This record gives sequence, structure tokens and C-alpha cells, in this order.
Amino acid sequence: MSDEDLKQATLDYTLRLGDDALVLGQRISEWVSNGPFLEEDIAYGNVALDYIGRARMYYGYAAELAADGRSEDDFAYLRSEREFRNYLINELPRGDFAYSQVRQLLVDQFNTAFLDRLVESRDATLAAIAAKGIKETRYHLRRSREWVLRLGDGTAESRRRAQKGLDDLWGYTHELFEPDALEQRLAKAGIGVDTAALKSQWQQAVAATLGEATLNLPQEDWAVRGGRTGYHTEYLGHLLGELQSIYRSYPGCRW
Amino acid sequence: MKTTLDEQELEQIFQQRIDNEQKIEPKDWMPEAYRKNLLRQISQHAHSEVIGMQPERNFLTRAPSLRRKAVLLSKIQDEGGHGLYLYSAAETLGTPRSELIEALQSGAAKYASIFNYPTQTWGDVGAIGWLVDGAAIVNQVSLQRTSYGPYARGMIRICKEESFHQRQGYEIMIALAQGSEAQKQMAQDSLNRFYWPSLMMFGPHDSESAHSARSMKWKIKRETNDDLRQKFIDQTVPQIMFLGLEHPDKEIRWNEQRQHYDHGEIDWDEFNAVINGNGHCNRQRMEHHLRAHEEGTWVRDAMTAYKEKQRKREVQVA
Repeated sequence: MSDEDLKQATLDYTLRLGDDALVLGQRISEWVSNGPFLEEDIAYGNVALDYIGRARMYYGYAAELAADGRSEDDFAYLRSEREFRNYLINELPRGDFAYSQVRQLLVDQFNTAFLDRLVESRDATLAAIAAKGIKETRYHLRRSREWVLRLGDGTAESRRRAQKGLDDLWGYTHELFEPDALEQRLAKAGIGVDTAALKSQWQQAVAATLGEATLNLPQEDWAVRGGRTGYHTEYLGHLLGELQSIYRSYPGCRW
Repeated sequence: MKTTLDEQELEQIFQQRIDNEQKIEPKDWMPEAYRKNLLRQISQHAHSEVIGMQPERNFLTRAPSLRRKAVLLSKIQDEGGHGLYLYSAAETLGTPRSELIEALQSGAAKYASIFNYPTQTWGDVGAIGWLVDGAAIVNQVSLQRTSYGPYARGMIRICKEESFHQRQGYEIMIALAQGSEAQKQMAQDSLNRFYWPSLMMFGPHDSESAHSARSMKWKIKRETNDDLRQKFIDQTVPQIMFLGLEHPDKEIRWNEQRQHYDHGEIDWDEFNAVINGNGHCNRQRMEHHLRAHEEGTWVRDAMTAYKEKQRKREVQVA
């Protein structure tokens, strides 16, 4: 791979990671003033803030790599649904509190393993972003894990809701561990992470939490894929429509 | 020989302490009316922080830059945090948070009327930070010297964060005022809509204020509604000028003799309508709060059930 190719690949990769952070941060922020009690409004706001901060770091680095005058906001606000490359699990609607917390567990457990490797990236900026992110993510995981335990092992209703959330989300977890050619190339180059190698560790950790929460590991063999190729659910367009509405209504303005 | 003090003597000692600027603490004796009055004020303040999250949240998912989104998220989070400190301060008076929230939901307790105005544009987020938080700070700075210890200490902490909020709001307004023609119009429109309701935040004229006189005597309030309002009016004039916007009050004039700005009269009919539940968003605010609370019931139940199971497991192990 030439230097130029590598730079382009790193840019594409960085945008994917930025998209994951932005889209999930946007989703989580919907909980603010909608939580079951005030402490949860604050906690969700805090987690959303970490993700938005992370998106800014990735997009800021992408702007540096692109070096064509585009800013972090241009990446967030001016790309369309087909150009976004986030994993599908991040764009699914917030659902009920159990659905959201189960998603957080699945994603936090993934991010813990992922960022733990990304800190070793040969790319100093990605490594630095990961180093900051891993600290936040460990805290996120502690929180989502505790909630899944409470909900799974709480009342019959909370257990039913948590199990349903888990069953509905499970099929979206497969693509997290299926790196495409670009991701494999970057992993070989020591820049990106080979997520296929994270799967068994992830599965073990998730299974342990679910077991403790008295929830059943889904057995059904279904999978929906497409995030990394821009083949999204119908939800993403609405999420972006809302996110981008003001920025796009006033082209070229500063805020 | 008399061994206990009667009510009148206790009240004299209490007033003496207040007159000497000593703080009243939760375990101290206090007149029942002082406790009630404080509880009303602190809980109203807590509810305002919580309901106040709604109009800003309305723009959280649409904030026009990632930086603004991050700042707004952190501001709303602070407000939730203020709600928590204030509920805790109120709890030191012997009423649990669940009861305070029930009082809000039944309409027995109030929250600041300003949050019954809708946020329609991004400029409104700026105007809320600048004017609404600005008016709140004028009031809260004075409350840092309030006679009840936990409330005064809470105010000191809250004031620090609120001044950051006001700056972020004013910064939004500066960006708009220096921006495109459409952005300038947005800034002016938000100023026009939020200026008068911000003045109403200080409450009725002193002559009409039901709780003022006694609250002043007990130093729950340290300055009157009209004095605080005047302070806010005076500080806002140069801020509007700096933005290059038009003042919404056509009667605003510097009065050399008073060393204050003279101003037009507030629309008290509107004030009363909003206070009495008939503002633009009163119903939606309460419905939103109730819906989130009700949807959270099963979560709170699960938490309690889990805690109970944990407790039993620990007992078994022991």
C-alpha cells in the first residue's frame, strides 16, 4: 500500500469510528429528561457527552487527514445517510430503558476490547483518542453491566423487557466482528484493530454478565449487516435529518 | 424554675441569630412557617431546574455544531445536578424528594414560569442562557447570603456553574449577531420573545408579593423583587447594545437622578395567565414530566426488587 493509499484508508477508517461515536451519542442524548429518575438523566447525558467528544476527536483528525478545508462539523452535518459508515446497532432507536441498557452493555463490552487494542495503534492520534476513550468506556461498561444485572434479576417485567431487548439486538452484533478488506489491511499495517480477533473475548464477557443477570443468551441464528457499507436501517435517515436540520438550513453559517 | 423555653422565647432567639447573620442549620429550632416558606422556595427552585431541562433539550439533537452540542449537553447535565443539590437541601427540612415530586405533579408546587415558553429556534437556546440564566444569577447571587445554611451553600456552588451557562448563552448570541442576516434576525427575534418573560422571573411587584415581607425579615430573601429586577434591567442594556440588537422595551431610558434605567411596564395579565397554568407550554411540560416518571416506574421497581434480593443473599451468606 502506498503512503497515499494508507492515508486515504486511515481517513476512511477514522470517519467510521467518528460515525459510530456520533450516531450512538445522538441516540443516547434522547434520554435526557426522559429517564426514569433524575440521576439517570444526568448519567445518560454524561455518556452522550463522552461519545460526542469522541466523535469530535475522530472527525477533527479526519479533517486533518483530508486537508481539503472540511471541518469536523462538515463531516457530521453534510454527509448523507449512504455516506455514514457506523455499525447498525448504534443507529437503532432508543427503545425502552432495558433495550437501551442492553445495547450499551453489548457496545460497551465491544468498545472496551476494541479501544484496548487501538491504544497500541501505530497511528499516534488514533492511539491517543483510544487512550482517552478507554477510560470513559470502562466507566460506561460498569454502569451498563450493573443496570443489566438489576433489570435481568429485578422484577418479572424488567426481566421480560431486558430479554426482549437482547433478543432484538443480538442479530446486529455479528457485523462488529466482521472486518472488511479496508479494516483488515489497516489491522495488518498496525493502525487499525482486527475485530474478528475480539469476538470470543467479547462473547465470554457478555455471556458471563447475562448469566449473572439470569438472561438467556440468544440462540437464534439471524444477522443483519451493512453499517460499514452504508446499507442502513430506515432509522438513520431520520436521526441525521434531525441532527443536520439547522446546519443545513443555513449553509455556510458559523454558530 | 422553668426548664424549657416557650415558643415565643425560641422565636426570639431564632430571630436574634438571623439578625446577627448566623446561619440556621437543619437541626436548629425554627418556626414552622419558616420551614414551610423555605421548603416552598427551595423545592420550587429544584423543580425549575428539572423542568428547565425540557426547553433546552428540545435543541439537543439539533444543535448546529458538535461543539455547541457538547456544551449544551453539559449545561443540561449541570441543571440536573442543581436539581439534585436542591432536592437534597429541601430534604434537610424533613420532606423526602418523592413527596416534593408528587407536589410538582399534582400542581401543588410550582416551577419557574419562564419554562412554559417554547424554544422555537437555536437563538432561543442562546437567549435562555443569556437572559434566563442571567436573571436567575442575579437572584441566586443574593441568595448566597440566605439565612438557611444548606440553601446558602448550595447557591454558592450553583452560582459558579450558572455564570458559565450565561456566558455560553451570550456567546451563542454573539455568534448570531455577527453572523448572516438570517442569524441576526434569529437573535433579535429570540431577544424579543425572551426579554419580558425574563423580567417576570423576579416575580410580582413588591407591593403585590404575598411572601415578600416575612421572607425579608427571616432573610430567606435578601433583596426585593423590584430591586433585583432593576439590577437585571440595568446590566442587560449594555449587553444588548454590544450585540447591536434593538432593545425590546421602547421606554428604556437612563435616569440620571435614580442612576438606573426607567422601563416600560410588564404585561401582568400574561404573567398571571402563565402562573395559573395557561401559558404556551404548561400542559406539555407537565405531561412530559409525568410520562417520563410513569414510564420509569417499572425501572424503579426493578431496582428495588434487585436491591431486596441482594440483601437477602447477603443475609444468607452471613
